[in-house]
Amino acid sequence: MPDVYVDHAATTPLDPRVLEAMMPFLGDAYGNPSSFHMRGKRVKDAVEDAREIVATILGARSDEIVFTSGGTESDNLAVLGYARMHKEQAHHLVSTTIEHHAVLETVRHLNKKEGFEVTEIPVDVDGLVDPEAVVHALCDDTSLVSVMYANNEIGTIEPIAEVGRMIEAWKKEHPKSPLVLHTDACQAAGALLLDVRKLHVDLLTLNGSKIYVPKGVGVLYVRRGVKLMPLQFGGSQEKGLRPGTEHIAGIIGLAKALEIADEEREGEQVRLTLLRDNLIERVLKDIPKTRLNGHPTKRLPNNVNISFMDLEGEALLLYLDAAGIYASTGSACTSASLDPSHVILALGMPYEVAHGSLRFSLGRSTTQKDIDYIVETLPPLVEKLRRISPVRVSEKYYQST
Amino acid sequence: MNHEAKKAAGAKGDVVSRDKRTSWFYSDTVKDHFFHPRNFLDHEPEPGSYNARGKVGSPACGDELRVWMFVDPVAERIQTFRWKTFGCGSAIASTSMASVMVTENGGMTLDQARELKPQDIMERLGGLPTRKFHCSVLCDKALRDAINDYYRQTEQFDKMVLAPARVIDPISKVTDHDIEEAVLDGATTLEAVQQRTKVGVGNHEVLPAVEELIRFYREKYFGPDKESLI
Repeated sequence: MPDVYVDHAATTPLDPRVLEAMMPFLGDAYGNPSSFHMRGKRVKDAVEDAREIVATILGARSDEIVFTSGGTESDNLAVLGYARMHKEQAHHLVSTTIEHHAVLETVRHLNKKEGFEVTEIPVDVDGLVDPEAVVHALCDDTSLVSVMYANNEIGTIEPIAEVGRMIEAWKKEHPKSPLVLHTDACQAAGALLLDVRKLHVDLLTLNGSKIYVPKGVGVLYVRRGVKLMPLQFGGSQEKGLRPGTEHIAGIIGLAKALEIADEEREGEQVRLTLLRDNLIERVLKDIPKTRLNGHPTKRLPNNVNISFMDLEGEALLLYLDAAGIYASTGSACTSASLDPSHVILALGMPYEVAHGSLRFSLGRSTTQKDIDYIVETLPPLVEKLRRISPVRVSEKYYQST
Repeated sequence: MNHEAKKAAGAKGDVVSRDKRTSWFYSDTVKDHFFHPRNFLDHEPEPGSYNARGKVGSPACGDELRVWMFVDPVAERIQTFRWKTFGCGSAIASTSMASVMVTENGGMTLDQARELKPQDIMERLGGLPTRKFHCSVLCDKALRDAINDYYRQTEQFDKMVLAPARVIDPISKVTDHDIEEAVLDGATTLEAVQQRTKVGVGNHEVLPAVEELIRFYREKYFGPDKESLI
């Protein structure tokens, strides 16, 4: 049976080149970088080399790179760390309605339990954040803005550089403001430029498991001068921001993976965009009552998110699973809560459109043959589930009829 | 309602506790009914083929289930049971299984069918993941809705049964009687009832039950909904 993994936005397989770079640190190079001997120093040197590589790719300095356990920790360290550090000064946070839960639930926690005001900026029907709306929400009491670089569900790429420039201009008029800009770049890492100067961001989150590194390692870029309250306390690793012995092999792998992503970015961008557009075009053409969620062009080259009206995503996901296609859905049925995708609801879509959404996230292994197989497999499965369904979604919500 | 349902699911038949390695995945029986659903209505219902219908849930909550029955008017046994559902794998499988259970061996009497518990369906399915349990709760409700409808159609109003006063939403403490009053007051949609009672605001889990009640009272006091007449 075919084995078509199109869930790269959930996690990616391990790149063999990354594994090779990691191997010594799973074997003989087992020292603790904090130890005062050669076994420790060898590992410490490797970690610092990795830090240098990551810094170079981000256009940052190596002392601005903090290694963490992944995207969620980086987001939490950025948001909680900055908000708490400046709570005597400022109590207002700005984010968007389509952020990853690692940001959204964190600002909501600060709102509910720690007395912060939170403004969640709505997005347009394609999932785009209006930078004007972000600036409009700012006040003297605002300490942090967090806007994701690219959305994990619908793939829409946000105008971060523009948000960053406008925030810088705003700060010139408000010189006492402690305001910083954080962006979650987990999904963008493999596909988009990550230069923090060009993006005008103060804090940036990366996650290894989205770029062909094993789970359990991430990065938070912290611009020099930006002070964070740590989430945990202990040793002086990562300048005390992230105490605890480092995930050495993961850090080495992450640096290697970023190098690979940087080298292959342009070629992969072109290749994946062609596959993406081919899949979108054919599904919308072949299957009636479908809708592309997210922006048609300002979107990650590997993201396809389509709502199939009148059916429920989990059921379709299971039929695809049985056919060897591994995707994901914004349906509530696969989430722990009973609510469907907050991202698709934020686009102004009703619940039934969110329940029927399916995400195919392509990756390095994806071929035209995979796309052909998906396009051939989908129609009869959709047809079968629609025959079972009593629901008829209003036609104003779909593009192809 | 949901709270109790979850406890019952954890008590027996939960796939998670039977095979931790496969966590939320479904039993072979569930898969069989999911991939080969029995008795679903794959066309529009033909006039005269059924003498009772039931409905529960809403697509907003992720599940909508409609059922059509033909009840033998003499023996009052279920002869035919067809369904359509907008729902996940376990909603499809549990409805499919329920349709088999109510029609096998000559069909259940309406009294027997009314006693059909979600747990019975789940047992026959070989278990469902705990958090999937509300789905199979839906099909026994649609069945009871259809049984009430049969008695309504045959003008045996005394036999229509609705559970006595109970709290529908543990957060807003709204009971079914509050909803009945709201509907009598003219609030016949979910939005209107929510404006009056705050039921399910911030507690979406209860919305399927609330919608079912609104429809029940709306039809009881204002007659059947026109668009969904058989």
